[in-house]
Amino acid sequence: MAVVEVRGLTKHFGDVVAVDGVDLQSEEGEFLVLLGPSGCGKTTLLRMIAGLEQPTEGEILLGGESVSGLPPRARKIAMVFQSYALYPHMTVANNIAFPLKAQGMDPSKRAAKVQWAAGLFDIDGLLHRRPRQLSGGERQRVALARALVREPTVFLLDEPLSNLDAKLRAAARDDLMEFQRRIGITTIYVTHDQVEAMGMGDRIAVMDHGKVRQLGTPEEVYHHPADVFVAQFLGSPPMNLLESMYYLFGFRPEQFLPEGIAESEGARVPFTFHVNRIEYLGSERYLYGHIREYEETKIIAMLPATVTLPIEVDQDHKFSVARDQLRFFDRDGGQRIPPQALNR
Amino acid sequence: MTSTRAPRNRYLSDNPRFLAGLFMAPAVIYIVALVGFPFVLAIIYAFTNISTGNPELNFVGWDTFRRVLDDPVFREALWNTFLFAVIANLLVVVLATALAEVLTKDFKGKWLVRFLVLLPWVAPVSLATITWLWTLDSIFSPIDWVLRQLGLITENVYWLGRPGLAMSSVIAVQTWRIVPLAAVIVMAGLIAIPGEINDAVAVDGAGPWRRLFQVTMPLLAPIIAVAVLFGVILTISDMSVVFVLTRGGPTNSTQVLSTWAFIKGIEGGALGQGAAVALFLLPVLIGITAVVLRLARRREVL
Repeated sequence: MAVVEVRGLTKHFGDVVAVDGVDLQSEEGEFLVLLGPSGCGKTTLLRMIAGLEQPTEGEILLGGESVSGLPPRARKIAMVFQSYALYPHMTVANNIAFPLKAQGMDPSKRAAKVQWAAGLFDIDGLLHRRPRQLSGGERQRVALARALVREPTVFLLDEPLSNLDAKLRAAARDDLMEFQRRIGITTIYVTHDQVEAMGMGDRIAVMDHGKVRQLGTPEEVYHHPADVFVAQFLGSPPMNLLESMYYLFGFRPEQFLPEGIAESEGARVPFTFHVNRIEYLGSERYLYGHIREYEETKIIAMLPATVTLPIEVDQDHKFSVARDQLRFFDRDGGQRIPPQALNR
Repeated sequence: MTSTRAPRNRYLSDNPRFLAGLFMAPAVIYIVALVGFPFVLAIIYAFTNISTGNPELNFVGWDTFRRVLDDPVFREALWNTFLFAVIANLLVVVLATALAEVLTKDFKGKWLVRFLVLLPWVAPVSLATITWLWTLDSIFSPIDWVLRQLGLITENVYWLGRPGLAMSSVIAVQTWRIVPLAAVIVMAGLIAIPGEINDAVAVDGAGPWRRLFQVTMPLLAPIIAVAVLFGVILTISDMSVVFVLTRGGPTNSTQVLSTWAFIKGIEGGALGQGAAVALFLLPVLIGITAVVLRLARRREVL
């Protein structure tokens, strides 16, 4: 087990800055998620940690030691790829044994090790099949077994669930979490799916344009976003954001509730919400509209199915947000600022 | 389908059967006239004793084949063809794979190297071979000149004038000619290997040799098989290189079936025997083709 640390890591591809001075440190045995839109540099960052890309600048430390210039095989890392990258011409057993062969482990030990890794992921019965004869979920397990068989110190995963269909994905996520808890290996997981990130990560590093915008627990990044980007990237639907004279302020759709429903004790800020359209989604209702005084900005409210209050379309309704659920951001840089008095 | 039919001629261009026939006609006519007809003619000739002096079709059964087989030159040509095809194609596989590896890397001046590699293939065979004829000339060969200047030889090598050496020269030129095609085919195969596979090899800790022999080569095998198939067919069925360089000499030491068929049938006038020689390896080639294509398909599906 080891800690991964990167210092001032930068990667240029020609004129494009893919990763821009990232500082990041994992904790021992942590499940750290790199989350961001496509092109934000998260995969490039992971590939640099793996040694598959050479950084333009900066340093990478694994277990406290610099690995700059070391090839991937000298880094004691394991990586699972988006496509799994199984060797199509080898059986499952040979796929798993490949890293051991490369290490020069002798055949008898090797067989035992393959058996152990296959047992971990419950694929003992598939050892003689070839990758093409496997389902997506089975392929993923083989990829994990191949990555784990060397007992690496760090485990890198590049969107390993994105090739699975929705049902399998939930099951695979569960497996992956369970397994990570059991082994307790430091894991860095790249994804663009915020549900995955929120559900799996001990901490999430939200990335955009090659920079880490915020590093924190799922609660922190969701409830206390460091800036406007994080506030709007996380959450579905995203945070409502309104522009006042001196600052931006926002609130989550689920915090925006009709008068009389809201139970919270503290002070609430009332708004007049004009509802244009209602989407009924079974477990909740989305209300689309705008707030009086901020006619330009579209606002979404999310009411859980437990709120059965009838809402009429094309009418004004009294809604409110708890004062402590309002988030304030700087108008220019978008950084979060302390709570302000709402002057309206 | 509805029962009402549009007037035929008005909508002829909408009729898929008419269009299919129209579009396929040029290829079909071409193949029938220039491949099918001569092919059938060759089969017919092979069972007659037709010659330029006596252009009558007298069917003699397997007699022509028997006479061809009894000829010691034929047997030498058969052995030479085998040597020629096997050695040239072994060299082609090794060189083409190496070239393909180089050409898929990024480096300065790549376009120039690509151009030079493809040159032997785009140059007309006979012209390119004539260049080689001069290069390997017994008196004026520039290769001899260089070797002489370096002090490695005192007298000329006679590249095409001594039996073993002539065969080597012919094989070398044929290899030079086929390598570009094979390299391009293998390159396509290399590019088709997903990048993540190579990343996985790197992360799994395999070095370049293990990668080449345990991952790249097995994945390329079907593609290399196709390249070899093209190479073998081109080597066995094409006479240009041997004919231009040595005409089968000296003393039939580079005689192959294709040149022997030409010399026997066209220059010697024994059309029937020429046809029999030319057809001799047809069953073998068909067999090789069937096996290779089958293997290639099997590997693809896995």
